[in-house]
Amino acid sequence: MIVQSLAFYLFAAILVASAVMVITARNPVHSVLFLILAFFNAAGLFVLIGAEFVAMILVIVYVGAVAVLFLFVVMMLDINFRELRVGTLQYLPIGITVGLVLLVELALVLGTWVIAPDLTTVVAAPTPTPDQVTNTHALGLLIYTRYVYLFQASGLILLIAMIGAIVLTLRSREGVRRQNISNQVSRRRDEVVAIRKVPTRGGV
Amino acid sequence: MAELWTGYAWPTIIIVLQIVAIIVPLMVGIAYLTYAERKVLAAMQLRQGPNIVGPFGLLQPMADGLKLLGKETVIPAGANRMVFVFAPMLTFLLALIAWAVIPFDDGMVLADINVGVLYLFAISSLGVYGIIMAGWASNSKYAFLGGLRSAAQMVSYEVSIGFVIITVLLCVGSLNLSDVVNAQRTVWFAIPLLPMFVVFFISALAETNRAPFDLPEGESELVGGYNVEYSAMTFALFFLGEYANMILMSAMTSILFLGGWLPPFDIAPFNWIPGPIWFALKIAFVLFVFLWVRATVPRYRYDQLMRLGWKIFLPFSLFWVVLTAGVLVTFGWLPS
Repeated sequence: MIVQSLAFYLFAAILVASAVMVITARNPVHSVLFLILAFFNAAGLFVLIGAEFVAMILVIVYVGAVAVLFLFVVMMLDINFRELRVGTLQYLPIGITVGLVLLVELALVLGTWVIAPDLTTVVAAPTPTPDQVTNTHALGLLIYTRYVYLFQASGLILLIAMIGAIVLTLRSREGVRRQNISNQVSRRRDEVVAIRKVPTRGGV
Repeated sequence: MAELWTGYAWPTIIIVLQIVAIIVPLMVGIAYLTYAERKVLAAMQLRQGPNIVGPFGLLQPMADGLKLLGKETVIPAGANRMVFVFAPMLTFLLALIAWAVIPFDDGMVLADINVGVLYLFAISSLGVYGIIMAGWASNSKYAFLGGLRSAAQMVSYEVSIGFVIITVLLCVGSLNLSDVVNAQRTVWFAIPLLPMFVVFFISALAETNRAPFDLPEGESELVGGYNVEYSAMTFALFFLGEYANMILMSAMTSILFLGGWLPPFDIAPFNWIPGPIWFALKIAFVLFVFLWVRATVPRYRYDQLMRLGWKIFLPFSLFWVVLTAGVLVTFGWLPS
C-alpha cells in the first residue's frame, strides 16, 4: 500500500503543480505542454483507482489528439498576452463564480461517500468491481444498454459540432485549380494526344 | 525488514532485470537495423553498402555511434533550451516504454495489462510530441515546417490505425495483446482481414515518418525537417527513436496480423522453433518490407498524403469495421 500512496501523491503533486503552471506560464506553448503533463498525470491517477480503460482513452483522445491541435494552433498564432491580461480583473468575478460552482458540485458528489455511505449501494446500476469484469467490458455493458440513448445523443452532438466546424471553415475560392485524380486516371490517349503530319517549313 | 525485501526490493530487482533484458536486445536491434537499411538499400541499388569497418562492415553502427558521441552538442542561440533538449529525450523514451506490453511468447511479457492494445496506441500517438516540440523549439523555419507537417500527418493516419485496431479487436474480443495472439491460432488475421492489414502497414509507414511519407524530414525541400538544428547525441536520440518506432510498429503488425509468436503451421518442424524466434523473424520480415518500400516508392506530395489518409483510408477502414461487425454478428462468430 505504501507504494500506491507514494504513487498517488507523486501523480497528484505533479498534476496540481502543472495545472498551476498552465495558468502562470508566460509562454503559451509552455502552458500547453504543462496541460499535457497534467493530462498525463490524471491518466496515472485513473490507473491507480483501477480505471485503466478511462486512463488510456484520456491519453489517446486528449493527449494524442486534442492537445496536439491545441499546440498546433498556439504555435501558429502570435498571441500577445500583455493585451489579453488587460481585462483580467473584469472577468475575475465570473471566473471565481464558475470555479466555486464546480468546487461545490465536486464536494457534493464526492462527499456522498462520507455523508451517506449507504447511498452508493442503491444506485440504479451498481458499478461492478474491477476484479469481476474488465473495465472495458463493464463500460460496454452500461453504455450500450442502459445509457444507449444518452450515448447516441452525445455522439449526435459531436457530429453536429463537426459539421458546424466544417461549414464555418469551408470556403470555395474562385480560380483555384484542384487536382481531380479520377479525371486524371480516366484520361484517354486519343482525347489528349493528336498526331499531325507537319510539312517541312510549313509549321502546324 | 524481510517483508520489505520480499515485498518491494526483490520484485523491483526482477523488474529492472526484465527491463534490461528487453532494452539491450532492442538497442542492438536498432543499431543493426541502421546497418540493414544501408545494406538492403545498397543491394537494391547495386552498390556495396558499408563494408569497411569490421567484417562485411558489421561494426559500422558502433563506429557511427562513437562518432556521434564524440561530437559537440550545438544548441542554437534562438532556441528554447529546455524544450529543445527535452524533445529528443521524449522521442526516445516513448519509443522504449511501449515495449512494456509486447508479448514475446505465451506469458513472456513485462506488463500483461488488460488494455495492452490501447496502451500501444496511446504511446504511439504521443510520438508526435517529440517532433513537434523539436520543430518549435529550434526556432527555425525548416524545423518548424517539418514539425507541423509531422503533426498533421500523424494525427491523420492515427484515425485509420484506430479503426484497423478496432476491426482486429472485434475478431478477438479482448484488448489484451496475448489474447490477440492466441486468437490467431487457427488463422492469422492477415488472411481474413487482408485489406485492413495493407491499410495498417501503409498507415504504419506514415506514423513512423518513413518513406514514401517522410515529408517531415523531406531533405529535398526542408533541408532535414524537424531535426535540422540538432547535432551529436540529441540528433542520435531522434534517429534511435525513429528506428525503435519502426521496430515497434513491425512488432505491432506481427502481433495484430501475423500471429505474434505463433508458428505459421502448428506441425513438427515449425513448432520446434521457440516463439520469440518466430516473433523476431516476423518483425525482421516486416522491417525488410519497410526498407523495400523506401528503396522503391518515390515520396508523396503533401496534399496527396492527406487525401490518402482522410479520403481513402478513413472511409474504407470505417466501412470495413461495419462489414466485419456485420459478418461476425450475422454468422454468430462473435467471440464471447
